Amino acid sequence: MALLDVKDLNVTFSTNDGEVHAVNGINLSLERGETLGIVGESGSGKSQLSFAIMGLLAKNGRATGSVTFDGQEILNAKPKVLNQIRAENIAMIFQDPMTSLNPYMRVSDQMAEVLTLHHGLSKSAAVAESVRMLDAVRIPDAKGRARLYPHEFSGGMRQRVMIAMALLCKPDVLIADEPTTALDVTVQAQIMKLLDDLQSEFGMAMILITHDLGVVAGSCERVMVMYGGRVMERAPTDPLFADPTHPYTQGLLAAIPRVDQKGDKLSAIPGSPPNMSRPPAGCPFAPRCDYVMDICVTAPPPLEGFAPGRDRACYAAIDVVRAGPTHHEDLPMEAAADEMDEQDIGETDPQISEGLVVGPASAGTPQELPDDKR
Amino acid sequence: MTNAKPLLDVRDLRVTFNIRREGDMPWTPPRMLQAVGGVDFTLQPGETLGIVGESGSGKSTLARALIGLAPATGTANWQDGTNLIGLSPRRMMKYRNDIQMVFQDPLASLNPRMTVGQIIAEPLVTHHPGLKRDEVKTRVKQMMERVGLLPNQINRYPHEFSGGQCQRIGIARALIVEPKLVICDEPVSALDVSIQAQVINLLADLQRDLGLALIFIAHDLSVVKHISDRVLVMYLGKVMELAQAESLYADPQHPYTQALLSAVPVPDPELERAKTIIPLAGELPSPMAPPSGCVFRTRCPRAQSACAATVPELLGTPAHLTACHFPGPLTPEEIARATSLETRVAEPA
Repeated sequence: MALLDVKDLNVTFSTNDGEVHAVNGINLSLERGETLGIVGESGSGKSQLSFAIMGLLAKNGRATGSVTFDGQEILNAKPKVLNQIRAENIAMIFQDPMTSLNPYMRVSDQMAEVLTLHHGLSKSAAVAESVRMLDAVRIPDAKGRARLYPHEFSGGMRQRVMIAMALLCKPDVLIADEPTTALDVTVQAQIMKLLDDLQSEFGMAMILITHDLGVVAGSCERVMVMYGGRVMERAPTDPLFADPTHPYTQGLLAAIPRVDQKGDKLSAIPGSPPNMSRPPAGCPFAPRCDYVMDICVTAPPPLEGFAPGRDRACYAAIDVVRAGPTHHEDLPMEAAADEMDEQDIGETDPQISEGLVVGPASAGTPQELPDDKR
Repeated sequence: MTNAKPLLDVRDLRVTFNIRREGDMPWTPPRMLQAVGGVDFTLQPGETLGIVGESGSGKSTLARALIGLAPATGTANWQDGTNLIGLSPRRMMKYRNDIQMVFQDPLASLNPRMTVGQIIAEPLVTHHPGLKRDEVKTRVKQMMERVGLLPNQINRYPHEFSGGQCQRIGIARALIVEPKLVICDEPVSALDVSIQAQVINLLADLQRDLGLALIFIAHDLSVVKHISDRVLVMYLGKVMELAQAESLYADPQHPYTQALLSAVPVPDPELERAKTIIPLAGELPSPMAPPSGCVFRTRCPRAQSACAATVPELLGTPAHLTACHFPGPLTPEEIARATSLETRVAEPA
């Protein structure tokens, strides 16, 4: 049985603009000691997925489905149960270490608090254990540094403190939500190596959430690509990069400029991500997809396995996607990059305008905006 | 490339900030922070110069100094021989038309109370007050179309646009006055990968079509590689290496550039697992008290006593300049030493 099992997880937020469907029907399982990468752009629901697992959703958020840890249901569990899980089993680190640490408390005090609260250690024993953990995350002069306040640390060191704090209770699962996004590349390399070392040292499973496919390539065994709150593709790391079978994965890989390759023009994905307060009726990627068909805008494609450990959610046949887009390169930049004016869509296809409205629509319905008012 | 008259010739550009703390007495000696410590480079018309460096390297300050947004000393000679540094605001106006800037945060750099049309027209109205309103509107619409916005969006407000579209508005605003040089300060770092590619392609197209010179500042080395003709690597306010993009990425000479390049994650699992990362020992020194000699020596796997004694000059061929006493690829032994150095530093003192 999987250590962490997520079944049909949905997350919705009720906002003034209506229901925002951040996560739609996600299934995932995590085995002991394994590393799962979740890749997606902003708004893909990757962070809300982890917040839902941890029971950290904002007040207006609602999660349905099932999340079991070691057979125990933890989705929407009582705070007492969740606190127990968060103390013993699942720890999380966040993108911005400065806002995650309490600026008024010495590092040693906020770390010791974890142990006195959860393990009932005495203050001095807890501080000693904290210093040992700061040592484990390779903070030089851990004993002296423990007495400092968070602002006295650099960004990379703060992230190390966060990691040390998350590991204090020896969790079985570590969820790292964009742990290196705010850091410089040399520091990022250090932190990723540290996470890697610690993971084998402590034998924990890790969910690494990131927008950077490069980071995933180096550290994950399996990768899940998310877009518009849905899983687009799921595969072991190597085949995902070598042989992407979903148009979105393909587009994402082609859009990354690389230091190790030459190239004249990046193949950008035209358009912009869907507005999740009006999720598309069909595949969320359909409006930007090179392989779009009629069926794509009517119902979202199911996530189906096609090889061991590999799943994809796409109506287009694998071989068609593997062959690559045909017309994409020839599109003039302006046309390709035209981020879809919702009025235009409304005129051409009233059916689509319901769901496929992009970015600007978050400000209100297009009809409320007269074109040339003055 | 040194034969043509450069568009911009920067010599010994320095930016020093006086850091006063609350509670300092009037007679407290001033504390100085040198954000940019003597940068030299030239920029040809139509060329793209990429500036890379980690946070705190002074790359943004350098750009701001060029357009008079940071207090600078030294010279930055424009094509016509005028030194842009220390120019009075009135005389600077003339050059503000030729030098435009695109900022990092697309939404924050647009006035939320102005319509897109007003935002894009503002530089035009400021620099060419004689233009008729109709003509301004026509040119704004043309420019909107050029950057991939729909001209019928002219009366919308910035909040109605996505991040990528806001950055297009920022680009349109910069280009409407037909500048010769556009300084882009991290123009794509706030954007998602798929949108980032759209904006980079747009910038590259516009540059080619309009013959613009670009100074492209980014912390992302792969983005810079993609768009730049030449790349300048900065560390703690100093130039470490300045070279043709291909030469720099294929054969980096400065140990810092090598470390920086080795740390960039590559979206290819096999390469990523096989590569050797050159670790940098310790942390970025405080710019208030930079190391003597070479500023990188405290973290350099090849540092020797000469590095502490004298500041290395930017030397080499015009196509590849390096500021290092001992340039060249790091040997496996040196990388191994750097790795052990890192673990040693990491042990409690």
